[in-house]
Amino acid sequence: MTAEQIIFLLTGALILVSALLVVTVRNLLHAALWLVVALFGVAVLYAILQASFLAVVQVVVYIGAIAILFIFAVMLTRREMRDTGPQTRPNWWIAALLGALVLTGLIVIMLAVPGADRTPAALPEGLDTVWALGNALVSPEAYVLPFEVASVLLLAALVGAVYVAGVGKKS
Amino acid sequence: MNFWNDPINFIANWLTGLLTGWGLAAGLATVLVYLVGITVLIVFAMLLDIGLVWVERKVVARFQDRLGPNRVGPFGLIQPFADIIKLVIKEDITPANADKVIYNIAPVLAATSVIALWAILPLSSRIFGVDLNVALLYLVATGALGTLAIIMGGWASNNKYALLGAFRMVANMVSYEIPMVVTLLIPTILADSMSVIGITEAQRGLWFAVLSPLGAVIFLISAIAELGRSPFDLTEAESELTAGFNVEYSGMKFGWFYASELLHAFTFGGFAAVLFFGGYGGFFGLEKALPWLTNPFIEAAVFIAKAMLGYWVIMWLKYSMPRVRIDHMLAFNWKFLVPLSLVLLAVTATLHKILIVLPGWQYALGMFFSNVVIVAATIEVLRDYGRKQRKAAEELAPQAQL
Repeated sequence: MTAEQIIFLLTGALILVSALLVVTVRNLLHAALWLVVALFGVAVLYAILQASFLAVVQVVVYIGAIAILFIFAVMLTRREMRDTGPQTRPNWWIAALLGALVLTGLIVIMLAVPGADRTPAALPEGLDTVWALGNALVSPEAYVLPFEVASVLLLAALVGAVYVAGVGKKS
Repeated sequence: MNFWNDPINFIANWLTGLLTGWGLAAGLATVLVYLVGITVLIVFAMLLDIGLVWVERKVVARFQDRLGPNRVGPFGLIQPFADIIKLVIKEDITPANADKVIYNIAPVLAATSVIALWAILPLSSRIFGVDLNVALLYLVATGALGTLAIIMGGWASNNKYALLGAFRMVANMVSYEIPMVVTLLIPTILADSMSVIGITEAQRGLWFAVLSPLGAVIFLISAIAELGRSPFDLTEAESELTAGFNVEYSGMKFGWFYASELLHAFTFGGFAAVLFFGGYGGFFGLEKALPWLTNPFIEAAVFIAKAMLGYWVIMWLKYSMPRVRIDHMLAFNWKFLVPLSLVLLAVTATLHKILIVLPGWQYALGMFFSNVVIVAATIEVLRDYGRKQRKAAEELAPQAQL
């Protein structure tokens, strides 16, 4: 077993355990912090895959923005941090069944992919992944259209947020 | 390769050779050497931190017309060690109903977020942790971890002042992150690279502070806000919040917050040097005549001197400015810094592409004057705004004139 595999297995176990704790822990703030651990684990996975840009953006966006907003919402909205109700709904077994089916499907698909059990080849020397990604985002042959559509969508969300939160001048 | 030209690789090769000579597998030996390297880097940063305690106290004393520590050792040099002994033997108090685990993790996370920055800090062209191609985003990411540490400490203390301090810190960090990210993009555009080594090498001939002085100033302001230092120290505001997010911490746990704040300030001084003041190099082409300037030890000394200078400016501002009120702080950011930095980014990106074909000195002059024009326009807009404000105030209360 190589060092990379050991790190992958440890990270995978960490993500699974913390993801489980997100939904089982009763203290809401602890749940939010376990979510941070799970998201950080995903960033580590990206780093193992040599996707440095994605790894760093994962931390900036998911931990730096989204998780902190979660924590804020939890801290500001609840006086009692403890959730006392039942933690499962009566039809939880449907979700469990669907989850198991998806997992089995994923495993079957992954096993069918040729070369899924090989270790990845090292990146060619001198390849700048950030440069390649940036070029792909603005190149007409690649992702310029989805990129622009996403930015229009975000702008619309921004305008909507300002409208909803704004005081407004309709007297 | 010898020790004086490439010390880190020399020692690493020697250690790897030694370990494999003892019969260790090559892969394991590499992992062990990396672990040793990480430990050495952290120990170096923490030792420097002890020195910074003394520097900070001495410099504050100078700014406030005092002597500072002067009893323990020559010039009070042993004072930080006395402080450490005091912090270690102090009673360690955990408040009642505190969230114990989070309360204890928070200071560790605060220190981690700062030490993680040292991984990308280039002391010299051959002494650095790692040359990431996304180093500047990494800088932002570790800032997010620092925010998280402060929220955890403030919330877990079970104290209203601590919680208020944490709230303010997040308002501060989330808003000042935007001008910071935008000004981080300016060296990226000028150097065509996001790696700190690439940015430093691009400044061999001319510092980016000359090409974009306004960018350097905005970076400094947002870095101070990110540090939570005065005039943006609303998280600690002694007169309102007793001590803010760390009010319940005592002993060495407080020490961790304090030490990480000092090291953070020094580290940001270092990043200001890397991004705008040439980092370890930037001798304006002088190194061609004097090749000994590219010796890694000389470069490291130059880097530390520049970082210290940045740190000194941060301290200078801290000890001569009053605290900004929170609404002023947010208004200053959203209504002034964010638009200004966005305009600067747009102008820099466009002009850089247009002027890059010109000879070096014309390019530099063009970039510099674009900054001058932006500053002049900003001052004009501000003056106009101030005039309108005064007029509105006069119309509201004409008798106040008498």
